[in-house]
Amino acid sequence: MIAHSIFFYTFSLIAIVSAIMVTASKNTVHSVFFLILDFISISCLFIMIGAEFLGMIMLIVYVGAVAVLFLFVVMMLNVAQQKNQWFAAKDSSKHIPVGLIISTLIFVEIIIVISGWKYKPEIFDINNSLTQPSVSNTHSLGQILYTDYIHVFQISGMILLVAMIGAIVLTFRQRAGVKRQSYIKQISRERSDGVEVLEVQTNKGVRIDD
Amino acid sequence: MEYLSIVFEEVYKILFLLVPVLVSVAMIVWLDRRVWAFVQKRQGPNVVGPFGLLQSLADALKYIFKEMIIPSSSNKVIFILAPIVTMTLALIAWAVIPFSATQVLADINVGILYLFAVSSLGVYGIIMGGWASNSKYPFLGAIRSAAQMVSYEVSIGVIIINVLLCVGSLNLNDIVLAQQSMWFVIPLFPMFVIFFISALAETNRPPFDLPEAEAELVAGYQTEYSGMMYAMFWLGEYANILLMCAMGAILFLGGWLSPLAFYPFTLIPGAIWLIFKILLLFFLFALVKAIVPRYRYDQLMRLGWKVFLPFSLIWVVLTASYLFYFNLLPVN
Repeated sequence: MIAHSIFFYTFSLIAIVSAIMVTASKNTVHSVFFLILDFISISCLFIMIGAEFLGMIMLIVYVGAVAVLFLFVVMMLNVAQQKNQWFAAKDSSKHIPVGLIISTLIFVEIIIVISGWKYKPEIFDINNSLTQPSVSNTHSLGQILYTDYIHVFQISGMILLVAMIGAIVLTFRQRAGVKRQSYIKQISRERSDGVEVLEVQTNKGVRIDD
Repeated sequence: MEYLSIVFEEVYKILFLLVPVLVSVAMIVWLDRRVWAFVQKRQGPNVVGPFGLLQSLADALKYIFKEMIIPSSSNKVIFILAPIVTMTLALIAWAVIPFSATQVLADINVGILYLFAVSSLGVYGIIMGGWASNSKYPFLGAIRSAAQMVSYEVSIGVIIINVLLCVGSLNLNDIVLAQQSMWFVIPLFPMFVIFFISALAETNRPPFDLPEAEAELVAGYQTEYSGMMYAMFWLGEYANILLMCAMGAILFLGGWLSPLAFYPFTLIPGAIWLIFKILLLFFLFALVKAIVPRYRYDQLMRLGWKVFLPFSLIWVVLTASYLFYFNLLPVN
């Protein structure tokens, strides 16, 4: 138990400190690296409570893919400069009320969820009945997702697909005058298309470019 | 005291796994250069030690005594962190590789997902190194490599789904045991070929070594590195290659299972078979390096997204419908 709590407090301390550092660090690329550290320590916490599938998926999806895109954007665009201008401007206090409202909302949501746990102890029982020790985490998750909640699951997949297609349609533009390679054209080129043998007459030469 | 003994036992096990891995990484570098040389009718490293076997040791000694140069305009913390991240990630993945039914450091339920997650984290070492160098060639190399690794991970993930459909478990030992009657390389042969090519791209091996294409990018993200930090990148890269070979051996070639399941051959321990299969795959890696010219970047992206991804997705549908139709789905 002692080892367990040592690991728990280590990971949660790293998670909280890196979450603060995401907003506090001056360099935007550093904040993304702290965000990655945060994701990793949270997935460690997931693994510690026995949700190893969720923890691994968190690592693969958030750290392996989403955060890479974050890093790309932050490195390619000069976000740091923009951010400094934004905070140096006098009207920066305009954003504070919006941020306050959003953070209060999130705080209230968390309070509701936690108080729900506290006053409805049977929620724990439902969870425990689903996770028998013989059935692995992945199996029980799949059993719920692909039976009771199959429609919700499929709809969320469709929403993601629509979002992806939408993003592609929005950013897709066809520029005129771009030289494209056609693989079929390149492969199906014959010797007779490219090479021609000519008899060259003395003192006359040949025209090549027509 | 009880905790201490547990910790010591674990440390002993970890050292017993990591030291052989590091030594074999050094040997594998020698093998790689030797195969490359023989294909080109050269001798390769053959001076230090018998057959040049100690060449990697000599190289490592040289790297240790070289000065570590940190560029003054670089971001120092991230610059130093990058090779450490690369090497650590390449080594921690070995924790779940099963060398026999019992010889595995961590026999976790989601072993294959762990391997996939760690190999997808590997891109950070490269991005960090490229960005922190604060120089254009490393940065271009890092961006290329990040795009390349993210693209080929997708097809590797879909290939893993194919195997998992036939197994019904994410545990690596279960995956090996499911191949007792037939290795997955036979029913899923096209997937094995795609996995092999994607593994080449994932580990930045030729013909997909665009991140360090020396003709255009000097050495890509490694340009500014020297001494021990360069050696760590190098070790991490080869440890990753070995890991990909091990993954291929476990997913498709039956892991530690003996190919000849009768009396005199069953005495050979499973670890020997696994090492033999890893070496076989690595030999193929080395041959590919020697005989195939480098891809162009747009061709590489086209291959990943327009050829491998649709093909492996179609194969998932095929495998799933075959298993469903003939009632072979591994449901417990």
